[in-house]
Amino acid sequence: MWRSLEELAATPGFEEMLHREFPRGASEWTNEMQRRDFLRLMGASVALAGLGACTKQPIEKIVPYVDQPEEVIPGKPLRFASATSFCGFGQGIVVTSYEGRPTKIEGNPDHPASRGATSVWAQADVLDLYDPDRAKVLTNGDSGATWGTFLDRLKVALDAQAGSGGAGLRILTQTVTSPTMAAQLQEIGQKFPTAKWHQWEPLTRDAEREARAGGVFGAETLYDFSKAKVIVALDSDFLYLHPAALRHARDFATRRRVEGPQGASMSRFYAVEPTPSITGSNADHRLALAGHEIPKLAAALAALVGSGGEGANVPDEATTWVWAAAQDLRANAGASIVIAGETQPPEVHALVGQINASLGNINTTIRHCASVETNPVNQLQSLQQLVQEMKSGAVEVLLILGGNPVYDAPADLDFAGALQKVKLRLHHSLWPNETSERCQWLIPATHFLESWSDIRAFDGTVTIVQPLVEPLYDGFSAHQLLDAFLLQPVRSAYDLVRATWQKNNPTTTFEAQWRSILSDGATPGIGGDLTPEQGAASARAAIAPPTGQGLEILFRPDPSTLDGRYANNGWLQELPKPFSKITWDNAALVSPKLAAREHLENGDYIELNFRGRKLGAPIWILPGQAENSVTLQLGYGRKKAGQTGTNKGYNAYTLRTSDALWQGVGLTIRKIDRHLKFATTQNHFSIEGRDMYRAGTLAEFIRQPQFATEMAEVPKHDETLYNPDEYKNAGYAWAMVVDLNTCIGCNACTIACQAENNIPIVGKAQVIAGREMHWIRVDTYYAGPPNDPQFHHQPVPCMHCQDAPCELVCPVAATMTDDEGLNVQVYNRCVGTRYCSNNCPYKVRRFNFLEYNGALSPSEKLVKNPEVTVRCRGVMEKCTYCLQRINAARITAQLEERKIRDGEIVPACAQVCPAEAITFGDIHDPKSRVSRRKALPLDYGMLAELNTRPRTSYAAKLRNPNPQLKS
Amino acid sequence: MAQIFARSSNVHSKVIIVLVVVLVCGAGWTTYAVFWSPYTTYVGVPLDQPVPFSHKHHVGDDGIDCRYCHTSVEKSSFAGVPSTQVCMTCHSQLWNETPTLAPVRASLTSDKPLRWNRVNDLPDFVYFNHSIHVNKGVGCSTCHGEIDKMPLTWRAQTLYMKWCLECHRAPQNYVRPSDQIYNLHWKPPPDQEKQGARLVAQYRIDTSGRLTNCSVCHR
Repeated sequence: MWRSLEELAATPGFEEMLHREFPRGASEWTNEMQRRDFLRLMGASVALAGLGACTKQPIEKIVPYVDQPEEVIPGKPLRFASATSFCGFGQGIVVTSYEGRPTKIEGNPDHPASRGATSVWAQADVLDLYDPDRAKVLTNGDSGATWGTFLDRLKVALDAQAGSGGAGLRILTQTVTSPTMAAQLQEIGQKFPTAKWHQWEPLTRDAEREARAGGVFGAETLYDFSKAKVIVALDSDFLYLHPAALRHARDFATRRRVEGPQGASMSRFYAVEPTPSITGSNADHRLALAGHEIPKLAAALAALVGSGGEGANVPDEATTWVWAAAQDLRANAGASIVIAGETQPPEVHALVGQINASLGNINTTIRHCASVETNPVNQLQSLQQLVQEMKSGAVEVLLILGGNPVYDAPADLDFAGALQKVKLRLHHSLWPNETSERCQWLIPATHFLESWSDIRAFDGTVTIVQPLVEPLYDGFSAHQLLDAFLLQPVRSAYDLVRATWQKNNPTTTFEAQWRSILSDGATPGIGGDLTPEQGAASARAAIAPPTGQGLEILFRPDPSTLDGRYANNGWLQELPKPFSKITWDNAALVSPKLAAREHLENGDYIELNFRGRKLGAPIWILPGQAENSVTLQLGYGRKKAGQTGTNKGYNAYTLRTSDALWQGVGLTIRKIDRHLKFATTQNHFSIEGRDMYRAGTLAEFIRQPQFATEMAEVPKHDETLYNPDEYKNAGYAWAMVVDLNTCIGCNACTIACQAENNIPIVGKAQVIAGREMHWIRVDTYYAGPPNDPQFHHQPVPCMHCQDAPCELVCPVAATMTDDEGLNVQVYNRCVGTRYCSNNCPYKVRRFNFLEYNGALSPSEKLVKNPEVTVRCRGVMEKCTYCLQRINAARITAQLEERKIRDGEIVPACAQVCPAEAITFGDIHDPKSRVSRRKALPLDYGMLAELNTRPRTSYAAKLRNPNPQLKS
Repeated sequence: MAQIFARSSNVHSKVIIVLVVVLVCGAGWTTYAVFWSPYTTYVGVPLDQPVPFSHKHHVGDDGIDCRYCHTSVEKSSFAGVPSTQVCMTCHSQLWNETPTLAPVRASLTSDKPLRWNRVNDLPDFVYFNHSIHVNKGVGCSTCHGEIDKMPLTWRAQTLYMKWCLECHRAPQNYVRPSDQIYNLHWKPPPDQEKQGARLVAQYRIDTSGRLTNCSVCHR
């Protein structure tokens, strides 16, 4: 088991990393300053600090309400149901708000696309709200303008359009699912019958729309992974990059969770993909195959499964995989799923539809329903058409509603050039960006936490997006802006959304219904047109062979910044990307074999030449990458994103053309003399040669249920120099179990913890120095050969040891075990010796080297959780099991004179987890979920052989390989 | 060789030693005195406020219950400071033209809140919760003193950790019956230790020592 190629090769750099607590320089003063100057300064600082300590506590202010809202109890948070969007599709959320200040987003348990979990992006949305770089005022060119002057100007332009029925008027939106916006666009269409509406989303799902699932353009396919015994994914990241990813992960986990050896069963998951994805890393049989070979593989699979076709020749390494997958699919007809990713062409989706139909999976594991989009179109064609008309001069007024097409439109379209031919260009955006730079008018948008709207989820469920806070700046919602196009007094977004909903129910019961819709946050039926249809096999399309010679180029969304829309979000920028653990940059991912062939090392720049376009990018060697495929991650290289996101990484869109939106053949690369030092956390906090991660197969587990516990000998209870019962108490005893079997490695726990616990962002240079602050990290382990490894993910929070090595070395008793078994860090005692971190075998302690929380703008301070101390410089910090949530639950329970119920306390990491991999509770209660999980044979303590007695334990990972295949 | 030290050196050195001891002790005592003096602790120091609000008048003379203004004391960590509207429930009728209350009226008309100076202020790494204390037998006056005798409000206790721990270590010395929580003149009965122990059991206060864990107040 290895964590990086450096470790596998035992390079000197890795050895050094291993033997040091922090990377070289993390705890050293690297400034040019001389020793004497330093001592002089230190002397002065000590004197000043001494004097400073003599100041009295300053008088603070109490600012009460002028008129306190009825439902507010000062000091108690309120929670409101709302929704965030993933590329236009709703995900239900519950937002926590302290005295009108939203601080944390959680999933809505009643929402089918969330089930209480959230994605990394939903967690980070709240930081976007307080982003100081947001568009703050309405601007015309370089000068500010008022809403009134804007409306006047718009009226002049629209009046000129009225004669031709809006022949020169165009509206460009992203994917729209909002019923209110649908009604508005329809009304505009009636007023300007010749005006046109275009849609463009860089992560477009055109292939799925074109595949006509169930015979309908744009139809949605709904998968129920909880019923699937065999899953075959063809380049699909359905667990991470999908509008229903959270739901998929929840359902997928129910079939992967194993308790006892009796009757243990797991689904079997085959994945083929050219570049490692979160989904592929969870496969029992993962095949790394070039993207353009996958259509052939799909055809071969279809033939083997018996859904027709002559099949196709697949590369040698894929033959056994296809054969085994087909065998398993046929054996589990009606209880299997074949799924293709949006990166594959429509033909593959059509083939997959046929396979599923012939296996009888339709209406058992798979359902089709009409599109939940307002107007599903082929977005690429839609954009192409718009650009063509812009170039011809037919477009006179263009409203770009959200998005950033100048940055993310296919390079061959030259959107920016065409845009200059439009007379009046309006951009409605949350940030001033590349597109707004080229528009005369920038209308600042309201954040979804600031204004009313509605949105549909993947299955049609509608949620009202309700505001938690008054707009921080002079923003306008998209609904208000569209209302202005009707040339009447502009209504408020609230009135518009309410009017849409009142249309469905104009009776007197509406008010009560409206209130329940708002509080529930998920409404099936109303407005939703879920019409299950029988899947009809669609026409077969010939699979075109790839054109061109050379390497394959792949364009994939960045796991953090997505398509670039989250580029200015510091939490996401600093979130280590799955596998590479790179922060603050994107890399061109290459396979170990290709790197060896081209003599490339991590960070070396290559010049990519693809169909006449060139781009320089630093490479990262990724185990499991298809040999001749190079992956470019979209979403970086922004020229105008804000302080956080501008000029980070390279811009992959400059090579992305409309004939190769996701992949293309014909790439050549050339090493150039430039190097980039990546801020990667992969080797930080490494631990030498121990069974930190324990994995086996389902068959091994059934044969030998205790295999994980037997991998290391744990000392007996009284085998210690200290009093073995020192922390025995009668009350609660908090503990956690992380189920490695269901953890998909999505990183959501890391960012949820960051949001909950006021964890600062440190920046690229500090990450290189090993000073990242995340309290829970997700380690990636590889097993097997570098070109085709198995992937393992392991979230590592504080283990809350009962015999904690950190406590023994603290000279000021700033870290100690409390009576309930929490290893607590007392910030006001800590003097920053860092001995504890040095002595921690798990490397989960984080030291605030600089005043990372000190440089926040006033708006960024608003995101801090008032229930958690904002730590200052020079203080050690770490996971507390979300002590604030424990204390809140305890006080509530004591006021109600009862015990804390099992499941009442959910730490942020457990709450966000889409796979429910983290269980927390009281191990003194034998019936608690955590006690029951700890009693299972797979449970093991990480490094428990050191007699640390960790309270956090792991359930070992199981795989379910096909016995007929060598794994 | 001549003597290096003159005979008087003996006296000088003795005096110096005594002086040094006195100085060190004096410095220590001064630090201690300043640390515990009202200058640092604010105990007994009335703070200026934008409106000279008198608890003596409102509580002592008028007999208004604590919870009329501090509405969330039983429900939340924060006892609550009355909104301008609460002041104006009475003061739109009474004393509605006095210049002293001009800031209150201005707050209402301008929709800008009053900015009071915080009297009882804990460091930001301390998480105190009012609701659990008043529901478990700790009365207002235990921490806030006889507030009905304060024309301008002052801090009645140091609010130092040492002082908190006195009660967290031995709650039976301080708890009172639940009907006496808002009685500002409650005095412990002569058999407080016995009564207190009974109340501690009744309130189900944790006596295992867990109340002195760091994690109870710091997070």
